[in-house]
Amino acid sequence: MATSSVSKGCFVFKPTAKKKRISGAEDFFVDGSEDVENGKLRFRLCQSTWDEMKEEIEQVQEDLNKKMLDGLLEFVKKSAASFWCRDDDWMSRMRASEIPTAALVLGVNMPDHTITFESMTELLHDSLTPFVASVQAKECTAMKQLMQKVLQRLMGTNVMVDEDEAEADLGFHTRDCPQKRVNCSLSALCDWYQSATKKSPVKSPRKRLSSSQSEFLQSPPVVVIFRDLEAFSPQVLQDFILVCSQYVHQLPLVFIFGIATSPSTIQRMLPHSVSSLLCIELFQSLSCTQHLATIIDKLFLTSKFHFKFSAKVLQVLVGIFLYHDFSVCNFIKGLQLSLLEHFHSQPLSVLCCHKQEALVHAQQLNDRDVERIQQLPSFMRYVEEQVPEEQVQLLTSSEHVKGVCQKLLKSLHKYHKNFYPALRCLHVLTSILPKYPLGKQIRELYVLCLEKKVWETQEYDSAMQLIRMLAKDELVTCLQKCVEILTFCKSKKLKKVGQQLQDITATCEKLDKLSDEGNLVDGEEGDRENDSSGKGLQKTDLFHLQKTLLEMKECRRTRRKTPYEILRNAVVDYIDNLVKTHLYPPESQPLYEVWYYSSSGTVRRHLNATPRTSIQTALSHPYCYLQNEALKNDSGIISSAAPDICIIYKLHLECGRLINLYDWLEAYATVATAAEGKDPSAIEGGKVDELKHARFIRAVSELEFLGFVKSTKQKTDHVARLTWGGC
Amino acid sequence: MSPAKRAAEVSGLYVRFVGDAEVLEHIVERREGAKVPKGSVQKLLALKEDQGPQECEGSVGEQDYLDALGTGATAGEEDGGGGGGGSSGPGGSAVFTFQTAKRSHKMAQMASEMARAPGRTVTFCSPGSPEAAGSPSRGSRGAAGETRTPPKGRKVRFVSSTPHRLRKRLAAPNLRSESDSDLSPSHSEDEEDDDEEEREEKEELREAELTTPSKVAAAALYRTPAKKPKKGLEPSLVEEYFTAHASSKVTTSDRTLQKLQTPKLDQETLARLLDGKPSSYADEINQLNKEHEKFFSKWMLQLQLGFNVLLYGLGSKKPLLERFRTSRLLGVTHLVVNGFFPSITLKSILNSITVEVLEHQGSFRSPVEQMDFIMKSLRQDPSLQVYLVIHNIDGPMLRSEKTQQALGQLASLTNVHVLASIDHINAPLVWDQAKLSLFNWLWYETTTYLPYAEETSYENSLLVQQSGALALSSLTHVLRSLTPNARGIFRLLAEFQLESRDNPSYSGLSFQEFYQRCREAFLVNSDVTLRTQLTEFRDHKLIRTKKGADSVEYLLIPVDPATLTDFLEKEDAQ
Repeated sequence: MATSSVSKGCFVFKPTAKKKRISGAEDFFVDGSEDVENGKLRFRLCQSTWDEMKEEIEQVQEDLNKKMLDGLLEFVKKSAASFWCRDDDWMSRMRASEIPTAALVLGVNMPDHTITFESMTELLHDSLTPFVASVQAKECTAMKQLMQKVLQRLMGTNVMVDEDEAEADLGFHTRDCPQKRVNCSLSALCDWYQSATKKSPVKSPRKRLSSSQSEFLQSPPVVVIFRDLEAFSPQVLQDFILVCSQYVHQLPLVFIFGIATSPSTIQRMLPHSVSSLLCIELFQSLSCTQHLATIIDKLFLTSKFHFKFSAKVLQVLVGIFLYHDFSVCNFIKGLQLSLLEHFHSQPLSVLCCHKQEALVHAQQLNDRDVERIQQLPSFMRYVEEQVPEEQVQLLTSSEHVKGVCQKLLKSLHKYHKNFYPALRCLHVLTSILPKYPLGKQIRELYVLCLEKKVWETQEYDSAMQLIRMLAKDELVTCLQKCVEILTFCKSKKLKKVGQQLQDITATCEKLDKLSDEGNLVDGEEGDRENDSSGKGLQKTDLFHLQKTLLEMKECRRTRRKTPYEILRNAVVDYIDNLVKTHLYPPESQPLYEVWYYSSSGTVRRHLNATPRTSIQTALSHPYCYLQNEALKNDSGIISSAAPDICIIYKLHLECGRLINLYDWLEAYATVATAAEGKDPSAIEGGKVDELKHARFIRAVSELEFLGFVKSTKQKTDHVARLTWGGC
Repeated sequence: MSPAKRAAEVSGLYVRFVGDAEVLEHIVERREGAKVPKGSVQKLLALKEDQGPQECEGSVGEQDYLDALGTGATAGEEDGGGGGGGSSGPGGSAVFTFQTAKRSHKMAQMASEMARAPGRTVTFCSPGSPEAAGSPSRGSRGAAGETRTPPKGRKVRFVSSTPHRLRKRLAAPNLRSESDSDLSPSHSEDEEDDDEEEREEKEELREAELTTPSKVAAAALYRTPAKKPKKGLEPSLVEEYFTAHASSKVTTSDRTLQKLQTPKLDQETLARLLDGKPSSYADEINQLNKEHEKFFSKWMLQLQLGFNVLLYGLGSKKPLLERFRTSRLLGVTHLVVNGFFPSITLKSILNSITVEVLEHQGSFRSPVEQMDFIMKSLRQDPSLQVYLVIHNIDGPMLRSEKTQQALGQLASLTNVHVLASIDHINAPLVWDQAKLSLFNWLWYETTTYLPYAEETSYENSLLVQQSGALALSSLTHVLRSLTPNARGIFRLLAEFQLESRDNPSYSGLSFQEFYQRCREAFLVNSDVTLRTQLTEFRDHKLIRTKKGADSVEYLLIPVDPATLTDFLEKEDAQ
């Protein structure tokens, strides 16, 4: 059973005769917690929530890609059709010598593209053609390999899909075909294609899709997908395109290029002589930031899901997205992790589910859980606000707590129902303001609202001031949008608000008529202003100009407000009121801990770890990990009592590029002797106690293992230092 | 020459380094409030100047970023103790810096400083110098090192390193003068004296530093014409960088381990010596490891939910993973891979999967094909759960792009669960975005402080005591089986290589010359015989051939001279 050996580095262990069945994830979830039933319940909740979320995410992604994929499908269909019904006129013959190519601009995070490509391949397979080959640059470093892969996938897919049929029809190609390298050429592919389409021209190559079978064209196009165009070697690509263009009359080829950066890559990689053989159409996918925005919108800015992020966690995840990888997949991974952590670490998360279910769960809480509720900071705050008798009740009677808990859960649900529409309204109004005082994206506003009372911030004030300056048409469009949002929400209260806003909008429209009358009144003033401005123009004197400007300002200040302005102020006040009633930060709600996951540190440590920092901290400040008084030291200098490797590390920091091992050893011996309480001056040059020597060797090898030093041949008995820093 | 300097030279007749004298001089002068010193003070000031902007820049940029990531002090507080040193650790600016100029015997100095660390009242001074006793220096150091406020550890740490940097700066002129006289000699007594001198100086320096009204005085000094005027106020990092990289000369002492009176230690003695000795913080380390063990169920849970777990942090993680394996994995099929094993290959890992796990009898033409087979069979049988425990997935043999790609593909399968550890500080560079997404890691910090006993136990990882025992024994073994003539040929090459070992440009013995010599020694009679013989050597990796610039073949024995000498001695003895 040993896993160390000097001759082997890989050990396999198989359970002997099913002596122990591996327990499921659920068992590990409840392992360590005292309340098994509660744990199991939480695990189930966690799983179901995750499944729901995953479904939603998939739906969102499908919707996002739909437009691009539909366009792509249309393109492939069209080009295939043009191949099929080839006319004899000069134009189409010109076109026919070009290979139709779709350039897909997908964004910089490559791993995220996998889903897109998968759904694309599936779509093509299902509705258009059985002949789809997808290649990656990694597997095709030379022309030969590329050709081999393409052929293998085209023919191989067919073999795999309808084995029995193919065996009868193309017995020549089945099974051994992918292994065959002899006729790895496009002419072989042509032959194969001819036979494949001729033998089963009407029959679908895919049985299970017999319904869509009729949609297949007589000669379905052969689609080759280059998943990461940038990574291909230009030479290979050029050669492949040149060869393919020779067969374009016999083979309805269609290329799809997956591009991470910009469409100009094609021009950069392919010379004109080659790119002129392609008939390129550009397809742009949604940018990853929009993708993320949609995900956040659908998963968090809705009362559908009850699991929520606190401001910090959301910031961490969005930060990782923006600063590290632009990967929506990683964001979702973070979501999954936090979900798991929340249900795992918070025993009260049994209440984090749909309303009815939660109320039932609340009724079934046991004493331990009630105690936990009583200890929640938000609940404690709630208790403090109550009258003394109620306080006593809340602290003593668990039945009462359960009742109150149900009430609070209801109000929590209600709070969220109102929160998101109000948030959206505020976003609609503030996202058109110059400089976006409350953020351009709704997630920024959301984070702000999660953190604190938004109306107490300076940004909010300035935003309100800016709204007070909005032109009428802008305001009206915003209000209409708000009304739309509010009418669609479920809450009665907000529906009423929506009604009122509708009225305001209507009045606003009516103002148009009123303003005609107003114009008459304003006309006189305008005349006067015209007069004064005329005067200003005549005199170019700075002093006078200033004077006139001041006068104008004066008269504007005193000017009567127009009906629109009055209305606008009313609107702003109304919105302000709306915000103040509904956009309370969740912390203010009792029991919010049940829904909100707030341990941003955990998420960051698991997703965005800094191993080197951790190692260097451990080396230079062992007290952070080993709570021993002897290691405690304020000044940053570690004591001689620290572990060997820390001392060795500290000493090596004082060296330049090369380190003399002898000096190092001597220095170490000095420290180590002192640590033992002996007089270090007692050691004479060259006399180092064997044990210290051994400890030194071990510590140095460890430093080498960690990558701080390496052996060098520049000078005898020296090692080279590899890092700079960590003082 | 200023009078003070002369005085210093008179008084300190035994001072060896001029640079030190200069340091002393300017301190003395400043104390007396005498004339404005040059040179070294300039340095001191430059340091003060560049500390400011550098610090701000670093902390501002970082702060922005940290804010964005939401790691504040609060994030650190959340995890509440328990070895979670994440946020209190040094920040990026402290970890990733450029090389700075260092003085040669700084280390000894540091050692003596550490030897006087708190709790140990040890004096590292010869009886002659009374004032260098432990206590006063403690006092001054305590004052120099700032108090650390816990939440903003990073910034403060930067400041607290000031004394170091200061000394470094002051050392710079010294370095130059040293390199003129070319490398420090090796009389140890002298050196000790030096150390003392320096320490005195340093003490005085510290005092000076404390007594001067630092910034104002320094700024005033800066305005005076300097010896080497620097344009602008931004010498800072850039300059420091170029000073450090200016000369390729290495100023370390010439002493070698040969001077040690203790004999060289081999692997066994080493193991024997270290075995019986328990670590000084066994309790704390035990407790730390106990903390990590609490995560076992969580790891299992997360592994089953499709994540893979990666452990990092100082100390060997093998015992921890081994405990995990024996406590949780005994009921399932699992694989243990020792990534630190010097001859582990992807092939051996894949082979163990195909042969032992999948029980497939048959060979594969390429690893790619084998991978495809594994992926296919594992996909087909979702009930087969395979746990892969990889110690040191960043091991030297596993670092290659292809290997990591293959491991990533394995890890991305739903029924393969990977639990791995990394130790090298640059290990994360092994993965790019694509691979990271394949691996789907959850990172866990598990600092164990356990010695890397097994990881460093292989011969070639032991840099200090590269005894060459293995090389030597293989040499003797192979040669013993050869004909006397062949042995003679090898001997000839070995002797020649030893003769020219002082010649740094020696690239080997050319084939023609070698042939001549062999003929003269009556060892071969034709070109062909020699070539056959050489092929045999090459097959046993006894020699290496290199094509020179003139396209002539050069022959070389890839063994270090010491081992070679040992070998020849042994041969002679027989």
